[in-house]
Formats: sequence, structure tokens, C-alpha cells
Amino acid sequence: MDFEPSSEQQMLIDMVRRFVRTEIIPLEAKLDPDASELAPEDYARLVQKTKAMGLYGIDIPVEFGGPDIDIVTRTLLAIEMSQHRAGLYVPCYGAFGGAGLAQIFEANDDQKERYLYPTLRGEKKPFFGLTEPSGGSDPARAIKTRAERKEQGWVLNGSKIFISGADRAQYGIVFARTDAAKGRGGITCFIVDSDTPGFHVRRVVHTLRSSSYATELEFKDCWVSDAQVLGTVNGGFAVANDRLTRQRIPYAAACIGVAIAAHEMAVEWSKLRETFGTRLSDRQAIQWMLVDNEIDIRTARYFTLEAAERARRGIPFRTEAALCKLIASESGGRVVDRSMQIHGGMGMTKDLPLERWYREMRIRRIGEGPSEVQRMLVAREILGASVR
Amino acid sequence: MELRPSKPFTDMTEAAIKKLPGQLGVYQIADAQGTIVKIGFAGGRAPFGLRSELLKELEALGAGHRFRVEVNMQYTTRYQELLMLHQADFGALPRENAKDPPPRLGHLSPR
Repeated sequence: MDFEPSSEQQMLIDMVRRFVRTEIIPLEAKLDPDASELAPEDYARLVQKTKAMGLYGIDIPVEFGGPDIDIVTRTLLAIEMSQHRAGLYVPCYGAFGGAGLAQIFEANDDQKERYLYPTLRGEKKPFFGLTEPSGGSDPARAIKTRAERKEQGWVLNGSKIFISGADRAQYGIVFARTDAAKGRGGITCFIVDSDTPGFHVRRVVHTLRSSSYATELEFKDCWVSDAQVLGTVNGGFAVANDRLTRQRIPYAAACIGVAIAAHEMAVEWSKLRETFGTRLSDRQAIQWMLVDNEIDIRTARYFTLEAAERARRGIPFRTEAALCKLIASESGGRVVDRSMQIHGGMGMTKDLPLERWYREMRIRRIGEGPSEVQRMLVAREILGASVR
Repeated sequence: MELRPSKPFTDMTEAAIKKLPGQLGVYQIADAQGTIVKIGFAGGRAPFGLRSELLKELEALGAGHRFRVEVNMQYTTRYQELLMLHQADFGALPRENAKDPPPRLGHLSPR
């Protein structure tokens, strides 16, 4: 596979790179180092710019009004969008739009009118409610939230944890067990409005990612009508699996972008900084660290673009998505760590973005499927599906 | 960490503030009646952390207030949590925060 960007791709890459460097980084210099949002007027101005660039809602399929950019190109652009302080989790502070994990493209016409289109227009924000206190890596078994049939609808009882944005969302997609005997075939996906009686955002969950919090949710006799079922009853596991698999590619791309930004800082610093009468870049210990960074970045980029290319061609990419998420998150952590080492004391300070990337990159080895689960998925492919 | 701070308030004087650490964290300011009038944080760009932020608050709000602080590296999320808790407990943001509310503050329904 040839991953050299075409001239059209390169033009888009240059456009996004310029946007990050001229619009995002100067604004970011005035924000708190842990900021995850722009002032509303800045955000609105930047959204207008991305719309004018034809890149707003970049991950939205063309049939829903997206800009019709293939997934390989989107991956190349996602690598660019994340190359700033907040870029790992909030690339360009959301100025390019998109719904992330909570996309509901399989919604019926009524649900599309009520939820999907307002979301794509930026009028509604969703959350993705999968993980529970009993676990997140094995949703087929860990989901304990129950949904029981009642009065042409369902009553939800249970809790969710590590849910981003639920306190600000207008609705969420929530996975609950509708048949206790069926394992992964007994999970249903519901669309739950945030003002539904019985839906509660109970607390903030603070993590290493101190720029933004997760929340814990409780569903207490929370009744939703049949019209809120997304897809089919007992068909929710496939919805979750589809989201998680697809999301691994942009997830990996953001890790690569941050790794590139950290590496570029380390290269520049090594050429400037002198110790014991010579520049850091003249020292073999530093050169080898920089070479290891380069190896990690190129490897992660290759695997991620390979997964994207398979997805673009419409051929199975589950294994490749697991590999790219695994490699990019682990190598990204190593690159940021080495870059901090090269920067010495300054690398530990909030003056530079490295300390934020270091903390946030650690979460990437857990978030959206830990490294061990990715390895398990690849092992199943290698050894056969009978291996559990 | 307690969900709702329960440390006693201290009179907000220059001398008391100058004894504060230069660390990052959150703070609450109350009026003489004990009503919380402002929740704030000392972030990564505050030159002397809580100390310099509260000196600025003293200058802006004047004498007659009290304060308490919580040293916390997760000042951004803790700040938002305290605002949401206050909103849930009292139905509104503290007086000074309400003048310039943070964009897109969420809603909690704590137990």
C-alpha cells in the first residue's frame, strides 16, 4: 500500500496544518494549560472558518450532508488536527464538528429528525453510555443496567461510569440488558433524553485527564418509549461494536499527531540546547532517542493508514483497527516520554504542553479498549475465533 | 477529597493570603454572612498559584470576605464540579460567577 498523500490530500493537509498553526495555537497560548474549551465567540468564529473550508462535520457520511472525504484522507487530517496542546482529546476544540462515538446513522426517520439532524447541525450534543462500574472492556458480560418491558416502552435501572459529556448533553445512546439469558445477544441500545425522569448525572469522575471530567450516571425507574430503541431490540451489541471499531482509527490518528508535535519540539530543542560545551543534538544518547521517536511515529502511521485503507475499500478491518489503536497509543506514550526527557526540567512544567500530553496519552492505553483487549482481538484473528 | 468542602473559612486579609502556598487549586469566597459569593481556581498561568489569585480577588471584592482553598492539580474539573454542586444545592451560581458564567456548564443531580 502506498500512503504517500496525493496532491489533493496534501492540499487539505496543508490547509488544516495552517489552521492549527494560525488559528488554534495562538488562541491556546492565552488559555489555561488545562483548558478544553474556547470562548464561545472564538468557537463560533472557527466553526464558520471550517465550514468555509468545506471541512465541517468531516466524519459525517455524505448522505447526511458531510463533505464526502474518504477515511484515509480523514485520518491524515486527524493527524494534523491534534497537533496542539489540547489536541489529543479535543482536536481544534471541536471546530471541525462531528459526533464521535455517539453517531446514530442507523436511526429510523423519526429518530433522525429528532436527534441525528439536530446533532449534525450542532444544535444537540449526545453522550455514549456503555461502560459500567462492573467493567467496560467486555460489554457483553459487564452490562448490568436492565431494561424491562412496561407500557409500550422500557424501564431502565442501573448505572454507567466514565461517561463524557453526559451532564451537558441533550440525549445519549445507552446500552442496557433486555434479555439476561442471551449474553451479547441480549443488549439493546436506547436513545435517552437527558430530561427523562429517572435519569441522573450523579457525580463528576476526576481522572489524569484534568482538563475534562467524566461522569457517573444512574437510571432509576427511567421509562423510555419503544420509539427510543436504536436499531433492533437485542441488537445493541453490534451498534457498540461498530462504533468502537470505527473509532479506533481516529483515536490512533490523534495519538500520532501529538507524538509528531512532541517529537518536533524535541528535535528543535536538541538543536538549541547546549550542555557541557556541545548541543544536545550532537550527543548519541539524544540522537538515538530521536531515532526511536521516528520509528514509533512511522510505525504507528503505517498501521493506522493501513486500517483506514481497508475501511475505505470496504474490507474487514477489525484486526487492523485493533493493531493501530494498540500501536499508536503505546508508541505515542513512548514518544512523549522521550521528548520530555530531552527537554529536562522544562519538560515537566505547565509552560510546555508535554506534561499534559504525558498524562492524557497514558489514558489512551486504557480508553476505548485497553491494550490487552486489542492484543486479545488480534490473537483471536491469528489463532482462530475459537480461542477465548 | 470531600465532595463539598468543609474546611473552615478564614478572614480574607492580605496577611492571611500571603501565608498561602503558591500551588494550584480551587477556592471559595464567602461574604460576612457565610454565603458563598464566588468559586474560582488558580490555574497553570497564575504566577503564584492560589496566593496570587486570591490577592487579585481581595483587590476586586474588597474587605469583609472570607475564603477557603483546596490545593488541587485537577483545578479545572474541580472548579466546574464545585459550580455544578452549588447550582444543584442552591438553584443558582454564586453571585460573582453568575455575572460571567462559564460557557456550557453541565448539570449534576448529586445524591
